[in-house]
Amino acid sequence: MALEIKTNSVRQRQQTFSNVARRLGSDKPASRYEEATYDLQPDVNFHYRPTWDPAHEIFDKTRTSIIMADWYDLKDPRQFYYGTYTIQRSRMMEAVEKNFAFAEKRGLLSTYDPEWQAMVCFYLLPLRHLEWGANMNACNMVDQGYGAAITQSAMFATMDRLGIAQIISRIGLAMGGASTLDQAKDYWVSAPEWQPIRQLVEDSFVVEDWFEQFVAQFLSLDGLLYPLVYGHFDAIGLERGAGALSMVTEFMVDWQEEISKWADTVLKRAAAESDTNRTFLAQWYGEWTERVQTALLPLAEKVLGPTAKDILASLRESLDKRAMRLGIQIEAEIAA
Amino acid sequence: MNTPNPNERLRKLSLKERYAHLTRGLDWQPTYQDKKKIFPFTDYEGIKIHDWDAFEDPFRLTMDSYWKYQAEKERKLYAVIDSFAQNNGQMNISDARYINALKIFITAVSPLEYAAHRGFAHVGRHFEGVGPRIACQFQAIDELRHAQTQIHTISHFNKFFDGLHDPLHMYNRVWYLSVPKSFFEDAITAGPFEFLTAVSFSFEYVLTSLLFVPFMSGAAYNGDMATVTFGFSAQSDESRHMTLGLEIIKFMLQQDEGNVPIVQKWIDKWFWRGYRLLSIIAMMMDYMLPKKIMSWKEAWEMYFEQGGGALFNDLSRYGIRLPKYHEVAKAEKDHYSHQAWSTFYQYSHASAFHTWTPSEEEMTWFAEKYPASFNQLYRPRYDYWAKAEADGKRFYNNGLPQLCQVCQIPTFFTEPTDPTRISTRTKIYNGERFYFCSDGCHDIFEDEPEKYLQSWLPVHQILQGNCGGTTVPEVLDWYHLNQGADNFDYLGSPDEALWENWQSARKRVIAS
Repeated sequence: MALEIKTNSVRQRQQTFSNVARRLGSDKPASRYEEATYDLQPDVNFHYRPTWDPAHEIFDKTRTSIIMADWYDLKDPRQFYYGTYTIQRSRMMEAVEKNFAFAEKRGLLSTYDPEWQAMVCFYLLPLRHLEWGANMNACNMVDQGYGAAITQSAMFATMDRLGIAQIISRIGLAMGGASTLDQAKDYWVSAPEWQPIRQLVEDSFVVEDWFEQFVAQFLSLDGLLYPLVYGHFDAIGLERGAGALSMVTEFMVDWQEEISKWADTVLKRAAAESDTNRTFLAQWYGEWTERVQTALLPLAEKVLGPTAKDILASLRESLDKRAMRLGIQIEAEIAA
Repeated sequence: MNTPNPNERLRKLSLKERYAHLTRGLDWQPTYQDKKKIFPFTDYEGIKIHDWDAFEDPFRLTMDSYWKYQAEKERKLYAVIDSFAQNNGQMNISDARYINALKIFITAVSPLEYAAHRGFAHVGRHFEGVGPRIACQFQAIDELRHAQTQIHTISHFNKFFDGLHDPLHMYNRVWYLSVPKSFFEDAITAGPFEFLTAVSFSFEYVLTSLLFVPFMSGAAYNGDMATVTFGFSAQSDESRHMTLGLEIIKFMLQQDEGNVPIVQKWIDKWFWRGYRLLSIIAMMMDYMLPKKIMSWKEAWEMYFEQGGGALFNDLSRYGIRLPKYHEVAKAEKDHYSHQAWSTFYQYSHASAFHTWTPSEEEMTWFAEKYPASFNQLYRPRYDYWAKAEADGKRFYNNGLPQLCQVCQIPTFFTEPTDPTRISTRTKIYNGERFYFCSDGCHDIFEDEPEKYLQSWLPVHQILQGNCGGTTVPEVLDWYHLNQGADNFDYLGSPDEALWENWQSARKRVIAS
């Protein structure tokens, strides 16, 4: 049986802000995501040109070749605004802390097969630098991007990448202290297997079109790297007794699944907007994915041995299929 | 791998070491791309940095603790916002006049939080050093938090009161909102070091107590528990931001002697820009809060003359002095809020908040707080207007005001030495005459005329026909100003009618 508490009811004169009502088509209750996102970024009547980029307005649609009639069409399917974002991440981080405590208490991150530990130091720990690079790229999207919808999601991704870099660093510290991180940095800076990847990351810093940078980072690079490292590399680790490592990297697996939903929704919508957009997306996707696949091969060979090439090819095939589902077809590009 | 050294493994890292490994260590020297191409904006302002690692992040914040603490704060804040809405907290404020402070807040302050978010993202990408870059990224996401939580807090008030319904549209168009907009766009379009001097130091460190605190204390004094909870929730973020401001200034000053005159010039400029922006806060504090916290004059004395004085004493060892024209601000403190309110009173038909002539009780308070000026200069003015109003001849100024080319405030301030004479300065540049409200704004223009030539001055824009039409109602439509509801006096407004209706319902309950 339901109990009903009588309360004062006060008539509301408006349901939501006028700008949100215009977008919803009428004045009706809006979600917190909608009120926190729509039209937040100034779009007209700018006072001064940036002294650091006088060719553009402060916020300027022409910093990318992608054209959207309405940049607020690039919504986040997770509907993250600051509050929901931090609450979601603090939940995920709680699980990481539990797993770290469990593993560290028993020394599980430094007691499995030493040969595989050395391999983990080689393949996993340098990724903290790659994540730091991804942090810069995501932050650049917040700086250069247009519309609060995509730039706020990029802001959250910026902090995510820093968080992941720090989780990897903590794994390194638990494996063998500070010197382990120093060694991993050496690998990143000078091991031949890492150089094509580092070069690709440094090249991604200077990409001029921020939407191209988005495709390069969140679709091409992450799309091949994450399943390779946290899927295939990790699977071998499980056979070699490194189960605890899988526990402390679970954040990255969950995160990748979640962030892909955002990236896919945005890319699909941008591709659906026009043939021009599709052409740019396909061109960027084609070029960067090709480069990523080539760059990852030496590292993959070091970890996986002779099967690396086939494994990368199959990851590439799935990524191409994913891109195709988003309306990004490289075949068309090649044919054209 | 190397056999782990068991001693090293056992030793627990100090917080400082842990932070260093989790942040500083992430960076590397690029070799495939030129560093200048990756970080193209660090040199052009002339600031010299010899050792980026010398920047000490005072908070040593890592993402794990950031997510944890911020999520806790968000959970609590939204619980209060929800409960405020469920219990119709808007009925328990001191008086509906108070809502006008919220109208100023959401149209003039919340958009600045968003602008700060993007500005810090720019610096958070482009600063070379890891320490300051991460500190800026944290501030970038914090500022987004503030913009969004403010919108969510005030969303409930918007369901009942006028003037809150289209703040983002208005921010980009309404005449007096070009004051905050141009202020922040001036900062964002500057180089990264000037941006930090402007926002982190001059605004957050030197002037925040005069912006943030009056609004939040005003909310507390006037029964707005939702907004004050936001204030408390943002307080720890603000402390971090203020500390960053001071650290970054000291960092620049310590790195190279040649930086000192550049930083001093920016401090002069941004003190004055910030101080002019605060005129709207001065008016809010003195006139819009039914229950008052303290007068503008007292706030200025406490937070700038005493607090700021101590700060600049401390900075003098680097060769930094008090900002230029601080003595003008001191001279203006007896007049600032009164001249601002008088101006808005005259333009009440074109503003998205209500005005009124102060009550006798308020004027007594003003006389006590402003013994050198109120009874002599401003009481006669309000008496005159109140009488005109009573006679059915409410005074409106139908002319369009001359705006200052820099701060964009109508040139209504008086000479620092003579409160009966309007202060105007002019300058001919490229054969055209430009107008300023003060020596402070004049000097800012003179230093970068090509920047301030670009100002989107609302009055000029109206006269050029870029604002929806040539008549006032057309322009107000273009502003999305709901005419007859958002504008004019509080007396006779729908806000007043609603409030009185709630009050009489309450009286009926008490009587029965």
